[in-house]
Amino acid sequence: MTRFIDLTLNGISTGAIYAVVALALVLIWRATRIVNFAQGAMLMITTFIASSVISSSGSYWLGFGVALACGLVLGAVVERVLMRRVEGGPPLNAVIVALGLLILLEAIAGMIWGNTPRSFPPAFSIQGYDIGGTRVLFSPNDTFTVLVVIGVALVLTAVFRGTAIGLKMRAAAFRPEVARMLGVRVGRMLTLGWALAALVGSLAGLLVAPEIFVGPNQFDPILVFGFTAAVLGGLDSFAGAAVGGILLGLALSYVSGYEGSSLVTLAALVILIVVLMIRPGGLFSSTQERRV
Amino acid sequence: MSALLGRLRAPRSSLERSLLIVLASGLLLFLASEALSEFNDLQLASGGYYFVALAGLTVLTGLSGQISLGHGALMAVGAYTVALLIGNEHWALVPALLAAVVVSAVVGVAVGAAASRLRGPYLAGATLAFAIGLPALADKYTNLFGGENGLVINPPTPPSFLGTNFPLERWEAWIACVAVLVVLFVLNNLLHSGIGRAFRAVRDDEIAASLCGLHVGRVQTLAFIVSAACAGLGGGLLAVVLQLAAPGAFELALSLSLFTAVVLGGLGSLVGAIWGAALLVLLPTWTNNLAHSFSLSTNVSANLPLAIYGCVLIVAMLLWPSGIQGGVRAIFARVRLLRASEEN
Repeated sequence: MTRFIDLTLNGISTGAIYAVVALALVLIWRATRIVNFAQGAMLMITTFIASSVISSSGSYWLGFGVALACGLVLGAVVERVLMRRVEGGPPLNAVIVALGLLILLEAIAGMIWGNTPRSFPPAFSIQGYDIGGTRVLFSPNDTFTVLVVIGVALVLTAVFRGTAIGLKMRAAAFRPEVARMLGVRVGRMLTLGWALAALVGSLAGLLVAPEIFVGPNQFDPILVFGFTAAVLGGLDSFAGAAVGGILLGLALSYVSGYEGSSLVTLAALVILIVVLMIRPGGLFSSTQERRV
Repeated sequence: MSALLGRLRAPRSSLERSLLIVLASGLLLFLASEALSEFNDLQLASGGYYFVALAGLTVLTGLSGQISLGHGALMAVGAYTVALLIGNEHWALVPALLAAVVVSAVVGVAVGAAASRLRGPYLAGATLAFAIGLPALADKYTNLFGGENGLVINPPTPPSFLGTNFPLERWEAWIACVAVLVVLFVLNNLLHSGIGRAFRAVRDDEIAASLCGLHVGRVQTLAFIVSAACAGLGGGLLAVVLQLAAPGAFELALSLSLFTAVVLGGLGSLVGAIWGAALLVLLPTWTNNLAHSFSLSTNVSANLPLAIYGCVLIVAMLLWPSGIQGGVRAIFARVRLLRASEEN
């Protein structure tokens, strides 16, 4: 029973990480209809920057803030310089450019910081809580992670649903021409969407880095599982991304705990296929009209 | 007379045209393999198996409009089939390759049926999960698939009438090239048949196609089966050429590089697959040589080839949105236009 509880808690904390990455992907998808495969490399760069700042200044929270700021800037620059040229074109071209950026950023990180992964400090203690004399697999740092995920999902939903800027971003994504006629600065909205998404992504990097270390290729699985979580939940829904991430984290934690870690990727495939066969647009999809 | 010449130059039926293309490229490949060094013959062989897999992918993505980030896993299916049949059951080469085609086509039925319900990023996500999920089986069934080390098979032996000194690499190149020609012939005919038209109709407008009486799901599944069979053959050839089927060769990177190569080469034409295969074989060699020709620190020289690869992907996509073949076609069109305006 304690094993089950431990696996559940572990699943929730890793699932929360997948959820943050999924939120970043959903944000870009909603803003520009592009799946950002470079997300993993972008958050890798900001986490490396955080690592350098922390080791030179000694302050965790300074590194944390710098990483978030760098994420914001990096996202805006990537959209303005690269993605602007492929937006609205064939969707596959955007995917290729994102993959190219992923490879380029990983190579640049390898050139600057080397290919050997290095450790990264957690925000809070990673010592599990002591409940009735037994140590559970859930630490203050995990609490922080889960709270961050819930907070980000709520804030994003509130911004997109309830604010003028959120409405403008949605309008720019769905009907750019009409939005432009109504006075929305479409280009600026797209840049903002990418910047916000990269900010959320860099948050995910900071949260997961203590567990998996920082290295050029270290975040690839996080991107793959984050994307799986986003697809699971439905790419158009922030709540879907959060729920998809937690569900995936739980399922993979049980599989690796009871059946062995070699089956984790296979389990992700099975879960995704089962869900998509029942709901081809993800768990939180709404029905779509189709036209000739 | 000119009409007769015109007919001579361009045969009417697509069967004749395919045969001509195959004969011409066969002759070209034969002469090339004779002239090349052993290392380059090996490159020709790997270009061959990449082309076979990419040709299948271009049928799927370029003609039927479905994305697949999981073709590396289908190549793994073919490779393991060949390795098991040749290594454990001592089958001959050709039946083993045919079996690889059949087995991966059967896998393609399952994947294709699932894929035909999915669109865009959802299909991308599902095939991505397929690419990372399937190789895990090799770890799970270590006894059968050899785990991380994979399965080793004996190299194919050149027939004795070619002489005792006939290089193995050239024989492997010949095997791969024969497969390339067969695939070229079959696919070229398929694309110019009713099935090819059905693929394009479904790609361009699903609802219009279904109003014309096409069963969209079935057409998409068929495209997936054709493409999976090609990937399986490509994987089988890879196992023969490398004499190894191991999970390390079929990681996500392979699936992604197949996908990027087919888009970069130019979707929807078999020539695009040739560009893609050339890119996959030559680019790593060139960038490695380039990186080691300067005296750079290890960190930089180890990562320079990757950086160049990333830049090539980005720049090529921005310069030629419809791939290398699209760029070449645009240049030809401009030349023709210039010539026409000079004549006027």
